[in-house]
Amino acid sequence: MSSTTNSPTHHTSTIGAIGAPSRRNTELALLVFAVVIPVFAYANVGLALDGQVPSGLLSYGLGLGLLAGVAHLAVRKFAPYADPLLLPLATLLNGLGLVCIWRLDQSKLLQSLPNFVTAAPRQLLYTALGIALFVVVLIFLKDHRVLQRYTYISMFCALVLLILPLVPGLGANIYGAKIWIRIPGLGSLQPGEFAKIVLAVFFAGYLMVKRDALALASRRFMGLYLPRGRDLGPILVVWAISILILVFETDLGTSLLFFGMFVIMLYVATERTSWIVFGLLMSAAGAVGVASFEPHIQTRVQAWLDPMREYQLSRSGANDGILHSEQAMQALWAFGSGGTLGTGWGQGHSDLIRFAANSDFILATFGEELGLAGVMAILLIYGLIVERGVRTALAARDPFGKLLAIGLSGAFALQVFVVAGGVMGLIPLTGMTMPFLAYGGSSVLANWALIGILIRISDTARRPAPTPAGNPDAEMTQVVRPS
Amino acid sequence: MSELTLTVMRLGFLAVLWLFVIVAVQVIRSDLFGTRVTQRGSRREAARPQQPGRQQARQQAAPPQQRGQQGGGRRGRNAPTKLVVTEGTLTGTTVALQGQTITLGRAHDSTIVLDDDYASSRHARIYPDRDGQWIIEDLGSTNGTYLDRSRLTTPTPIPLGAPIRIGKTAIELRK
Repeated sequence: MSSTTNSPTHHTSTIGAIGAPSRRNTELALLVFAVVIPVFAYANVGLALDGQVPSGLLSYGLGLGLLAGVAHLAVRKFAPYADPLLLPLATLLNGLGLVCIWRLDQSKLLQSLPNFVTAAPRQLLYTALGIALFVVVLIFLKDHRVLQRYTYISMFCALVLLILPLVPGLGANIYGAKIWIRIPGLGSLQPGEFAKIVLAVFFAGYLMVKRDALALASRRFMGLYLPRGRDLGPILVVWAISILILVFETDLGTSLLFFGMFVIMLYVATERTSWIVFGLLMSAAGAVGVASFEPHIQTRVQAWLDPMREYQLSRSGANDGILHSEQAMQALWAFGSGGTLGTGWGQGHSDLIRFAANSDFILATFGEELGLAGVMAILLIYGLIVERGVRTALAARDPFGKLLAIGLSGAFALQVFVVAGGVMGLIPLTGMTMPFLAYGGSSVLANWALIGILIRISDTARRPAPTPAGNPDAEMTQVVRPS
Repeated sequence: MSELTLTVMRLGFLAVLWLFVIVAVQVIRSDLFGTRVTQRGSRREAARPQQPGRQQARQQAAPPQQRGQQGGGRRGRNAPTKLVVTEGTLTGTTVALQGQTITLGRAHDSTIVLDDDYASSRHARIYPDRDGQWIIEDLGSTNGTYLDRSRLTTPTPIPLGAPIRIGKTAIELRK
């Protein structure tokens, strides 16, 4: 379809690929910028700590640049019309995370801890694997609608991924949350991060089919549309599953993430505000209910309500059988000592948070060393990624792509909210990782895959003249007229 | 390393980080409003919005008079710059006049989609002629288009501020 349009008058205009800018050069320019910023930060850390430019600057800069270049070439080749912002934004966050992890590696205090490992080289390796996964997604996922075929398979996969950490011998209980599986010889893996994506695929496929039933067959009651009981089924099942995660894996964050993602997608699919009301009520009831008997969650809530008391209890070595955490208070102190403009790279003391300083609490390091100004910039960058995802959902032409894009960006936004809110003391702390910034292989891999899928959807959405998919006969058929 | 250098680097880094955010927002901005005017074949210019569906429909309806119009609002001092809906369900809607044809009707691909039983699916269109004067033309609607209480029979230039009535909707051109 070369899409030639004959206007009523005898003027011919071609609407084709020429009109729509692919914006790959914008992406490249931003990407160069996004690589230069972490290199600057890296040099800054070295200068602040040792008074000299770190020896690894060249290799680090080249490494990050090379990875970004490979990702850019893959986008140029396999998704030429994709959104120009997603890749640079993700690259910048990943690069800043790497610098911050490397900076914490230099801390003498953390090096003296018994289970210290130099995390930065590993994180660079994970980043390389993540970019590789991103490229693989772009190459093999030619059309995101293929995923629609695997709606129920992905539900099954997501459930398996979620249950895996509970399997005896495979799961590992690390600091009170059972969200890890140990693979002998490879290290540990957090299947919940991948379940996020797989579950979004299931929700999108399911809601695309069921949304009319959910939206239209409802009774009006006190200004709210109440769905029928049988339509309420799936939301109850998802709610039950997320509560079960909460109970058995004691993982508040993941359960909030899944339930929140489902409610967001349900709202987008049905346009019914009542689902939001139901969702909030149900998650509040579930959280309160579980918190009333689960000691691990109770501690988290205690630490949230009164971090100073927890800190003192932990310091005085209170022996009441509960693991008290001083980290919540320490994170708040880190933010406080950072002030508006921060102490500067390498000059903070967020290593006092000790373990998890480079994973769950990495935002506290940013808060101390870059200050409010830096954290706001980072949160804005997250916001821009989410905005591009929502924009992609708006532009997507097929309902499945719309729902998948909104689900993935919603999950991303929720994860940022849950982690940042937890570290800053807005909500109870949960053991989740800040996407791209925090140290952790599963998180980096899963989030690069997520960005890959978003880029694939945005490429399809922004492609100027859609090639008629699924109708190959149109070109083959020749009409032969008797002359 | 001297204290001064580190302070400069610290502030410099924050500045660079924010510069990146601002550049990214600028890219989004150009993405939102980046309509491109492309010349093709017969030197006709057409504004290209992002959604191809609508774009195609608008171009089909675009009259030849658009030729020579330069996209922006540089047509002289008294040229209208926007079209405002003053009555009806769409009250308050404005459409910027940038040399493009505006179609009115119940059809979904109209520029202004009228939700009105008295409107035809392709009711009327508004377009600039060679001199940049805006013209309204009734497209053979059932209930007619009224310019200042007189029913239109031929394409008519629109004076500034004169109400155009279609069913319960009234629109006018403003500076």
